[in-house]
Amino acid sequence: MEKFETFTGVAAPMPAQNIDTDKVIPARFLKTIQRKGLGKNLFNDMRYNTDGTEKEDFILNQPAYRNSEVLVVGDNFGCGSSREHAPWALSDFGVKCLIGTDFADIFFNNSSKNGMLLIKLPQDIVDELMDDAKLGANARLTVDLENQTITRPNGEVVKFDVDPFKKHCLLNGLDDIGLTMTNKKDIDGFEGKDDMARPWMPSTANK
Amino acid sequence: MATPRTLFDKIWADHVVRTEEDGTALIYIDLHLAHEVTSPQAFAGLRETGRKLRRPDRTIAVADHNIPTTDRSKGIEDPESRLQVETLEKNVKEFGVPYYAVDDIRQGIVHIIGPEQGLTQPGMTVVCGDSHTSTHGAFGALAFGIGTSEVEHVFATQTIVQKPAKNMRVTVNGVPPKGTTGKDLVLAIIGQIGTAGGTGHVIEFAGDAIKNLSMEGRMTVCNMSIEAGARAGMIAPDERTFEYLKGRPHSPKGGAWEQAVAYWKTLPSDEGAVYDTEVTLDAAEIVPYVTWGTSPQDALPITATVPRPEDFEDEGRQNGVARSLEYMGLEGGMDIQDIKVDTVFIGSCTNGRLEDIRAAAEVAKGRKVADGIRALVVPGSGLVKEAAEAEGLDVILREAGFEWREPGCSMCLAMNADKLAPGERSASTSNRNFEGRQGPGGRTHLVSPAMAAAAAIKGHLADVREFLS
Repeated sequence: MEKFETFTGVAAPMPAQNIDTDKVIPARFLKTIQRKGLGKNLFNDMRYNTDGTEKEDFILNQPAYRNSEVLVVGDNFGCGSSREHAPWALSDFGVKCLIGTDFADIFFNNSSKNGMLLIKLPQDIVDELMDDAKLGANARLTVDLENQTITRPNGEVVKFDVDPFKKHCLLNGLDDIGLTMTNKKDIDGFEGKDDMARPWMPSTANK
Repeated sequence: MATPRTLFDKIWADHVVRTEEDGTALIYIDLHLAHEVTSPQAFAGLRETGRKLRRPDRTIAVADHNIPTTDRSKGIEDPESRLQVETLEKNVKEFGVPYYAVDDIRQGIVHIIGPEQGLTQPGMTVVCGDSHTSTHGAFGALAFGIGTSEVEHVFATQTIVQKPAKNMRVTVNGVPPKGTTGKDLVLAIIGQIGTAGGTGHVIEFAGDAIKNLSMEGRMTVCNMSIEAGARAGMIAPDERTFEYLKGRPHSPKGGAWEQAVAYWKTLPSDEGAVYDTEVTLDAAEIVPYVTWGTSPQDALPITATVPRPEDFEDEGRQNGVARSLEYMGLEGGMDIQDIKVDTVFIGSCTNGRLEDIRAAAEVAKGRKVADGIRALVVPGSGLVKEAAEAEGLDVILREAGFEWREPGCSMCLAMNADKLAPGERSASTSNRNFEGRQGPGGRTHLVSPAMAAAAAIKGHLADVREFLS
């Protein structure tokens, strides 16, 4: 995983509530066996007409927002399917950070495992950042994870909270499987104890 | 005296491998279900890092999302779908994972086969790279959907990193009216708490209306927990749970059975256990339900009218409702029963079990699907199909004009050839009415299997109570 570094980028406003992961990446694009290459189908049915041409009114098709690195989103973004293809598509498009009041749980977890930062802020602050994002090419926000700040186009600084463990992993680009492997002894110990406590646990081996 | 604990608290405590200072825990996973769509990148990750799959004996794989529901003897036509299934077959061989092949009678939707084989048991932790893993919570298991990075994490370590969820209890008391099923109860629940109402929570469904459901009905309810935003849904195990499990291929046998039941009986929440959030519904008021919009929370009784944006206070919600009505091609204020359908889909991990097919057949018996309606019945597994055929349900349904298909996820998410054309409208027993879920531009109304059959016969959304004696 790449390290999360401070950046200044264009923020796009996506105020609709409950943008589900089927909208982020429709199921017919999940037939890949790769993680890469999904950016072109990000928000596919919102972004393209059925003949493959772009829908002009869709935010990421507008000249100012074609290279957005931040999305300021409505409540409960990422609800629905657990498909990690949703953060893969966002990341492949170039999105590094999403800001909203709340995110669906699985999407929230999946995103942080792909180097993306999801920031939860109160409604009034999200509203202000949404207004910033509507400034078009001037909609530039600076996101600093180390100091947990967002700098608005007017220079004002907004603080945000983040889980310390997630912050550590994002800043250092850490693969959490590697971290868990360092606790192998604990897992071995648990299995030994559990085999005694719950000896009926089924094996999946064919019967 | 010890603090009273919930069902969730107990299962969580029994699976903690270690806890960090900030409360983050490493949780042991008892059963990992894998399918072809969300596993290839995880297997590739193991290969790239030279890691082993820690517990193949606690992992089971099956292909369900992509596979055709028509004649399979010619293989899979779509090259991408075929590659995904072939990749799974290669991976399970390389990593030694038990697998139900496409031609195995046990093949089916991953959330149907776990319980069917007795692999899902009370008190277990169950994960799968699929949000409807919550289905398994019907057995009093802690079961949740995970992403592909977490699938790889479980492959490598048989654990997952999580913070404990909050406890929510949804109590449904009373006797539901005729025609109301588990599907109607859960649609009413989601309609009440909303699609983000359960975020951060594990929902325990309780109350006599839940207890009185069959195991299949309970699975339908838990299946849709994720549509309320919950991490998982669960129901306390009881005699009905044990009766369902007894004698299944992977259920404990002999002395181990007695030992397991004794443990399972300790799992229900203690008297006085505290929930962070409590919601109560009266089953007597829940008539058959249907969704009108593009979120599962857009659920109303079949007797209702389609809402108007101005019926809602919040501006964001008003915009959402206006957008949904436009997408669905509906006018606010119209009777829901006047909505015509083109397609009826009966199946999915929500409603693809034997009881569901029986309910559809009961309505279809001696009647005909309305002219011009395409009606599909897709059993949840090869064994469900076989059992339904043994009861003659396939004959009843075929005679009524339904198509009888091979098992798989099918039109729930339209990854195979079964899909809606743009603008086409379905009554569907699946779990999501999102835009484009059943095909780009497709319009979905979620209903129970009996309601779906009623819609097929009438050609429009209909109140199944007219059909019940």
